[in-house]
Amino acid sequence: MSVTRTSRPARLGQYLALLAYLVFLAFPFLWLVSTAFKPARELGSLHPTWIPEDPTLDNFRQAFDEQPLLRAAGNSLLAALAAALIAVLVATPMAYAIARHRSRLSTAATGWVVVSQAFPFVLVIIPLFLVLKNLHLINSLAGLVMVYVVWALPFALWMLVGYVRAVPAELEEAAAVDGAGRLRVLVSVTAPLLTPGIVATALFAFITAWNEFFFALVLLKTPEKQTLPVVLTHFLGAEGAADLGPLAAAAFLATLPSLVIFAIIQKRITGGMLAGAVKS
Amino acid sequence: MRAPRLAAAAAALALMLTGCTAGGDDGTAGTVRLRFQSLAWQKESVDANKQLVAEWNAAHPDIQVDYVQGSWDSVHDQLLTSFEGGEAPDVIHDASDDLADFAYGGYLADLRGLLPERLRADIPARSWETTTFGDGIYGVPFLQEPRVIMANKKILESSGVRIPTPEQPWTWTEFRRVTKDLTTAMGKGKHAIAWPLKEPVSVSLNLGLSAGGQLFHRGPDGRVTIRFTDADSVVPGTVHDQVNTDGSASRSTLGTGGSDTLPGFFGGKYAMVPLGFSYRQQITQQAPKGFEWIVLPAPAGPEGLAQGVSPQTLSIAEDSPHKKEAARFLDFLLQPANMVRLARGDWMLPTGTTALADPSLHTAKDGWATGAAVAAHLRSAPAQSVRGYPEWKDKVATPAFQEFYSGAIDVGELRKRLVKDGNRVLSRYQR
Repeated sequence: MSVTRTSRPARLGQYLALLAYLVFLAFPFLWLVSTAFKPARELGSLHPTWIPEDPTLDNFRQAFDEQPLLRAAGNSLLAALAAALIAVLVATPMAYAIARHRSRLSTAATGWVVVSQAFPFVLVIIPLFLVLKNLHLINSLAGLVMVYVVWALPFALWMLVGYVRAVPAELEEAAAVDGAGRLRVLVSVTAPLLTPGIVATALFAFITAWNEFFFALVLLKTPEKQTLPVVLTHFLGAEGAADLGPLAAAAFLATLPSLVIFAIIQKRITGGMLAGAVKS
Repeated sequence: MRAPRLAAAAAALALMLTGCTAGGDDGTAGTVRLRFQSLAWQKESVDANKQLVAEWNAAHPDIQVDYVQGSWDSVHDQLLTSFEGGEAPDVIHDASDDLADFAYGGYLADLRGLLPERLRADIPARSWETTTFGDGIYGVPFLQEPRVIMANKKILESSGVRIPTPEQPWTWTEFRRVTKDLTTAMGKGKHAIAWPLKEPVSVSLNLGLSAGGQLFHRGPDGRVTIRFTDADSVVPGTVHDQVNTDGSASRSTLGTGGSDTLPGFFGGKYAMVPLGFSYRQQITQQAPKGFEWIVLPAPAGPEGLAQGVSPQTLSIAEDSPHKKEAARFLDFLLQPANMVRLARGDWMLPTGTTALADPSLHTAKDGWATGAAVAAHLRSAPAQSVRGYPEWKDKVATPAFQEFYSGAIDVGELRKRLVKDGNRVLSRYQR
């Protein structure tokens, strides 16, 4: 395999482009953090600064005083973790079946699953609401988790099919030739190679559920059940008016779990990917 | 080893979730439980609502109200889904311009036989018009918000221009002249006025009433058609000329929301900003120390200070099994003294005549007196009960007004689009 050498100016350009992209990605988050620590009078400044001139924790105090953020975060965490876990448990065997047993049916099934992602929320929400009502799952985190799983499943499946296809079938065949049974092949050969894909898919499902607003708004009726994105909108008024300081503080806290979880598992994703790369 | 652990975790999670399923609606036999979904969002407003609910609950052990905080964001879709699913709150807080579809759809109770005469008589007919659809009344209008001009006191007073009052407001012609002179006096890079016109339709239509603009005309057969007369062009024409001819209005704020203009206002970049009355709260919170501001009435035309508003409303769901109890709660919530508490919490004005007369709403501080004086001139927003208005607004009027204000099209093209394209949209809703 040959490696193409890049000239120094080209490499510099690549780094600059990467840096610009990182700045672009980081800007909203850094601005959010900055806003969260600014007193109200600085929020109305014509010349805003990155570093608050008179940093304060008042926005955090106010956010916690006004809204049950911890309870809402707990609800979100429970719903998102459950949705991620169940989505992965359901999607993995489905993805394996579609990837390994190619037929017109599996191709059509994959196509339909992906197309189903295009349905807008508003189109499905009323029938979904009626179904959940008949199952007595309105105002229940269990009902919400079911919706999140169904909503995350198509994309999770699509992702996992790609990961399964990246695992050479020859490895499984070799293991079978060596005498391993079907289950042993799946557990000892396929599953370890699929781990990074499964983790990435779970992360996707988690973040989708963690950020979801509309289903939670519609399906959860009592304040005790509401999730974090719903509670965050309580800092917003009509026509875009907002209680900016507490909103920024609460939104900053809402981003932390995603960041922490990603930080914990990103090593596993990249590590797993590299491990997969060696085999091919 | 991992698979059994995963399965155990999944099972535990499923058990936890099953345990999270909603319990029964009613804890005590014989006690009526009402769900009140409020859209209050500012701290003082939420506090006022919660306190009133607590007072009601303490005094009425047989009718208990559960306070549920809703959100202005997506409230229409959320309510629609709840109505369709038969799970709507008993008492519903919304804005009158959002009620037409729900009222015509049969989701809201007709309040005519439910409300006490005291409440009916205390709120002026022009406010009831905002919640009257067909023959029925589908909400109690209780808070309203005129558009006023927030002005930098020092800049205005030092310039020598006449400061308008509700008794002697600026005319639209005088307003244009004042902004032109003021911009010259303020110097380069500064503007007398900043119009935040991210949502230009309601501003143009509601303020247009002062000049006699109406735009929507209902015929004897009940059909609504759009006509754009000279009176309809006064307000849009003034704004257009301030931006494109005089340079007295900032071009950069045309696409922004109200809050976005505040830093420039505080920094002396703009002398005046037309905003909703409740923005005073943000100004008191965010204005730098020493910043002096006053509240001016919007300019007047042949119709005086008239302007359209879409009041905040309280409705009762048609599916509620406890409509009478819900109406009793509404009566309590909207007692004059309570209406004042709600109005002060939201920095708005009450619709009730008795509440509006409360001395605390007529103080000069924070411009309450100016708003209270304007309140007598508030009318139902022109498009209030027009079916198809949301589509007309989004697909036709918003882009047309935005292009007109930026100078991309002239008034002839604006008229053509609003009328020709607009009537085509409305006709689909009136077949």
